Amino acid sequence: MKAPFPFSAIVGQDEMKDALILTAIDPSIGGVLVFGDRGTGKSTAVRALAALLPPIRGVKGCPVNSARVEDVPDWAGLETKEVVEMPTPVVDLPLGVTEDRVTGALDIEAALTRGEKRFEPGLLARANRGYLYIDEVNLLEDHVVDLLLDVAASGENLVEREGLSVRHPARFVLVGSGNPEEGELRPQLLDRFGLSVEVSSPRELGPRIEVLKRRDAYDRDHAAFMLRWQAEDAAIRERILAGRRALTELETAPGTIEDIARLCLALGADGLRGELTLLKAARAYAAWRDDTAVVRTHVRAVAQVALRHRLRRDPLDEAGSGTRVQRIVEDVLA
Amino acid sequence: MPDLASPAFRAALALDLLGVDPGLGGLVIRARQGPVRAALLERLDRLPLPRHRLHPQVTDEALYGGLDLAATLAAGRMVQEQGLLSEPSALVMAMAERCSSGLTARLAGCLDEGRGHVLIALDEGADAEEACPEALIDRVAFQVELSQVSPLALDFGEERDLDAARARLDAMPVTVDLHRQVTELAAAFGIASLRAPLFTLRAARALAALWECEADAEVVQAACALTLSHRATQVPGAPEEEPAEEPPPEPSEGSDGGAKDNEMLELPQELLIEAVQALLPPDLMARIRSRTLRGGHGSGAGAARKGNRRGRPLPSRPGRPGSGVRVDLVATLRTAAPWQRLRAQQAPGREGLHIRASDIRVKRFEDKSDRLLVFLVDASGSAALARLAEAKGAIELLLGEAYARRDHVSLVAFRGTGAEVLLPPTRSLVQTKRRLAELPGGGGTPLAAGLQAAMGEAMAARRRGMAPTICLLTDGRANIALDGSANRAQAAEDARRVGRAARLAGAEALVLDCGIRAEPGLKALAAAMDAPYLALPRADARRLSRAVGAALGD
Repeated sequence: MKAPFPFSAIVGQDEMKDALILTAIDPSIGGVLVFGDRGTGKSTAVRALAALLPPIRGVKGCPVNSARVEDVPDWAGLETKEVVEMPTPVVDLPLGVTEDRVTGALDIEAALTRGEKRFEPGLLARANRGYLYIDEVNLLEDHVVDLLLDVAASGENLVEREGLSVRHPARFVLVGSGNPEEGELRPQLLDRFGLSVEVSSPRELGPRIEVLKRRDAYDRDHAAFMLRWQAEDAAIRERILAGRRALTELETAPGTIEDIARLCLALGADGLRGELTLLKAARAYAAWRDDTAVVRTHVRAVAQVALRHRLRRDPLDEAGSGTRVQRIVEDVLA
Repeated sequence: MPDLASPAFRAALALDLLGVDPGLGGLVIRARQGPVRAALLERLDRLPLPRHRLHPQVTDEALYGGLDLAATLAAGRMVQEQGLLSEPSALVMAMAERCSSGLTARLAGCLDEGRGHVLIALDEGADAEEACPEALIDRVAFQVELSQVSPLALDFGEERDLDAARARLDAMPVTVDLHRQVTELAAAFGIASLRAPLFTLRAARALAALWECEADAEVVQAACALTLSHRATQVPGAPEEEPAEEPPPEPSEGSDGGAKDNEMLELPQELLIEAVQALLPPDLMARIRSRTLRGGHGSGAGAARKGNRRGRPLPSRPGRPGSGVRVDLVATLRTAAPWQRLRAQQAPGREGLHIRASDIRVKRFEDKSDRLLVFLVDASGSAALARLAEAKGAIELLLGEAYARRDHVSLVAFRGTGAEVLLPPTRSLVQTKRRLAELPGGGGTPLAAGLQAAMGEAMAARRRGMAPTICLLTDGRANIALDGSANRAQAAEDARRVGRAARLAGAEALVLDCGIRAEPGLKALAAAMDAPYLALPRADARRLSRAVGAALGD
C-alpha cells in the first residue's frame, strides 16, 4: 500500500494541523474534533499524522501495545519479552461497527475450533497509547458513542460478557471528523474532545491550485514526492519530540491560571474540563513554540480551539460559537 | 469531437476511462433496471478487474473476510473467507440509494486508500431525494443519468484497446497548464470539494491515453464535461460572481518544475465552461436544492432508514425460542462453545456441535421511536413579522434541546397560494437555521394547502418508523382555498376538510393560535383534527417552546 500523503505537504488548514500536533505533544489534552465539508482534507490529515508521529516503544505482539513486559495482560498469552519500536497506532473506527468489534469479545474461532475460552481484543485495545479515528462521528450509533464515552473517561476497557471478565488499558486520543450539516453531536460527546476545529476548503484560487498540484504529484510521481517532503515531516517530528521534553520543564507565568479561569467564567463553559484543557493546550502550544513559560499569548492562541465546543448552545445566537469565544477573549484578555 | 451529449456514450466512455486509470474511483449510474443498464454493465467485462456485486445490506464479514461459520462448523476446523475488498476489483453496487451510512463509510475508506478498487454504483432512486450518498458521489469521478436513454438507439461508440491505453498512460505529454485552469473552472461552477478538479486532471490524462492523442483542447473539454457537470452548484456568470479576478502569485514549485509552465498553451476558459455547461442538467437549480435538502437525512441513510432504527441492542439473555422472540444464534454458539470439549468427552458417540437448551440466547432490543415534529408555519402577510420571528426562535430552541429527546424537526411553511416543505426531517441545527433565515413572509393564508403538505411529511415519516406530530402555528384566518382562489369561506371549509382527513389518517397534531385575539375558526379546526388547541397571544420563542414541550408531555 502507498505511503500516506505527507503531513507537511497539506496546504493550509493550519488550525487543524496545529491542533493535531498539540495532541501529539500532550496526549492528555484529549482529542480533536474536526468539523467541516467534504473534500477538505480531514481524513488525509489524520492518516498523514499516523506516518508523522514518532514511534513508540512497546512489547512485540502485545494486543494493547504495552510499554513494559509486566504490563502485558495475562489473557494475551504472550511468550516474547522483546521490546521493540513500533509506529504509534492510529485505528479507524468505522460507522456501523458492532459493539463486539469495539470492545472485544469471546474469540469465537478459538472457541469453536479448539474449545478454548479466549478473549479477542477489539479496536479499543489496538488504539491503546495511540489514536482512535472516527470519521463521520456525528452519525455514529448512540450505543457505540456511550461506550466510547465511558472508556475515554476511565482510560480502561472493561468487558463483562459471555463469561469473560477482562479489563485492559485503553488510553487513546480520540479524533473525530464530520459534517455538521448531517447531524449534531451530543453535548456529552462534544465535551470529551479536548480541541475542536472547523475546516473549510480554501476559498482562494492560489491554495486550491497548490492542493491540486501537490496531490497530482503525489499520485503520479509518488517516490519523488515523498522524498521531497520527507525532510519537512522529519522536522515536525523532531519538534514534537522536543516539545514533549520541553513540556516537563515549562513554567507557568503568574496570572496565566487566573486568566484561564476568568475566561472560562466569562464564557460560562460547562464544567471544569474547559479550564483544564485550555491550560494543557496552552502549555503544549508553548512547548511547541519552544518558549520557557506559558503566558497570556499562548492562552489567547488556543482559546478558540479549546473552548469553542464547550459553550452552552444558544440556538438564537446567529454568530458561530467561534466568534463568541473570540469576542470574549478580546474582552477578558484585553 | 465525439458526441458527449449522449448519456450512453458518456457512460461507456467513463467505463473505458476507469479501465485505463482505476484511480478515477468509479461511476454512479442513475437508472432503473433495464436493457440500457444491462447492456452497459456487459461492457464492464472490458475492465481488467474481477467483478463483485455488492448489495446495501452486505456484512462486514463479506467485505473484509473472516470466519466462514458454516464451513467451520461443518469441517470442524477454521475456514477463512476472502473479503470482497481484499483484492482490487470492480464493485458493482445495486440499489446504491439504499446504501447505509455504515457501508458508505467503509466504501469511502476503501476508495480513499487507493488500492485500485472501482465502484460502479447503480442508483435506482425514484425521485431526487432518493439518491446515492454524497460521500460516494464525491469520491468517484463520473456520474451519468441513463433513465432517458432509449434502448433502441443505443450507441456506446467504438471499442478501443484499453490495455494499450493503460500502457501509454504514464507517458502522456500534457500540453496545457491544467492545474490552474481546472481549479478555476471548478470554482466557477461552485464546486467546493477539491476531489473534483483532481478527477478532471486524471480523466484528461486517461482520455489522452485512450484516444492516443495529446491532452489538447478537445480532451480537456471532454474531461471537464465528464467530471464536473454533475457537480455544478451554480452557473458561471451568475450575478454574485466576480470572474476576472487576478490569480494570486503561484507558490514556489516543488518537484515538477515550474519552467515547463511557460511553454504550455492556455486554453480559453470559455471553451471549457461551454463544454461543461452543455451537459448541465436542465433542472439544475431544482437539483441543487434537493441535494442540499437531502443532507439532512444524514449521509445516505436516506431511504435506507426504513423502519425504526433498531435501537440499542441489549445483551441477549437465556430464553426459549418461539412466541415471537428471535434466537441470537451467535450468542448461543458462544455460550455453547467453551463446553464443546467437555461435552464431547461425555458423549463420545455423537458428532457435531453439542448445544443444550440452556445455551440458547434470545435477542432483546430497547426500541424507542424517534419523534418528528412537523412545524407548519404560517408565513402569510398577517402573521409574517412578529409571529414568524417567534416561530423561528421556538423551532431553534426545540431543536437545540432535541438531541436528548431523540426528536427530529421538519418545517413546512405556507404563504401566498401554496405550501412548501422547507426542511425535511432533520436533527441538524445548522441546516434548520439556514432554512429559517431564508424563510420569507407575506401573501395570503393557504391553510388547507399547508395542512396537506404537513400531512404528507407526517405520513412519510411514519412510513420510516418515526412518530410524527404536526405543530401548526398560525393566527388562523385561512383566506386561500385549496384551488388557489381567494375565497374565505371556501378556504375555511377546505382547511376543515384536510384537518378531518388528517385525523382519519391518525396524524397527531397541536394547534397554536398566535393571533392577538383567539380565533374561533382555529378552535373548530383543532376540534376537527382532534388536536389540543393553545392560544398564545404575544408568545415569545421560549414560551412557545415550553408550551409545545408541555403539550407533547415531556
